[in-house]
Amino acid sequence: MKRPRILIVDDSSVMRKIVERSLRQAGLELGDIVEAGNGIEALAAVNAGPFDLILSDINMPAMDGIEFLRQLVTIESCKGTPVVMVTTEGSESRVVEALSIGAKGYIRKPFTPDQIKERVTPLLEVLR
Amino acid sequence: MNPALDAKIQTAVRPDATWGSLLELATKEVFQIMLQSDLNTRPKSLEDVASGDTTAMVGLAGSLCGVLSIRCASRTAESMAGRMLGSVGPVAASDVADAIAEICNMVAGNFKGKISLLADHCMLSVPTVIRGDDYEMVTIADGEQIAASFGYENGVIWVSLAVHS
Repeated sequence: MKRPRILIVDDSSVMRKIVERSLRQAGLELGDIVEAGNGIEALAAVNAGPFDLILSDINMPAMDGIEFLRQLVTIESCKGTPVVMVTTEGSESRVVEALSIGAKGYIRKPFTPDQIKERVTPLLEVLR
Repeated sequence: MNPALDAKIQTAVRPDATWGSLLELATKEVFQIMLQSDLNTRPKSLEDVASGDTTAMVGLAGSLCGVLSIRCASRTAESMAGRMLGSVGPVAASDVADAIAEICNMVAGNFKGKISLLADHCMLSVPTVIRGDDYEMVTIADGEQIAASFGYENGVIWVSLAVHS
């Protein structure tokens, strides 16, 4: 199996580290992990190279996760890249909005490594 | 006229008797899941005034307007950050601020998710952290204040929700 290249987008550097650690604790074999602090940085990262999976927060300064997702789906090279929202957002409407734009799922903070594994593993199966 | 704002005003939510226990539960769940730490609720007392040189705050706007804050001593905040990061050594000051901000954000999100009328009609701000030896938190909120304090390792954590009427 190809080791997936993953983009983690969150304005909290601590949360980015926790998401990465949770992916490793879940037993997933990982390739490059790239971090971005907001949607603008994330768009720069996806324009620099493709990812197999993107995990993105919603509530971020500069450009939030919804706007990032909206712009991401218009980039030809990113079509098919699964995006999972990782958020404290308790609002169903924000989550539904993300799913309607193209997100493949969401994980609510606080989360356990098992919850990350459960959501992410099926999306990485296509790399087998 | 702003239809979105009107809709939020029409669904304005006021605190009720369950909110105190929901705030406690939301806080305990975040610490249990993200820090693998069981918090102990301290008995309520009028003398129990929040103190400590580190405060994180998250604003709420929409059907509920107010501020949720978490206050503790810096050594307590450092311990919380270390647990979150799985770090045994010293934690960088920037990571300590980031960690307590994210804990505050998660408590606010978890709390509002437990109240159906808030979940879809209340937005959270990006967190703010204040650090210093001598400051007093004064909120202009003119509504209720819901507060709880918890024992955490050898320190105390104060959590409060100040509601604007």
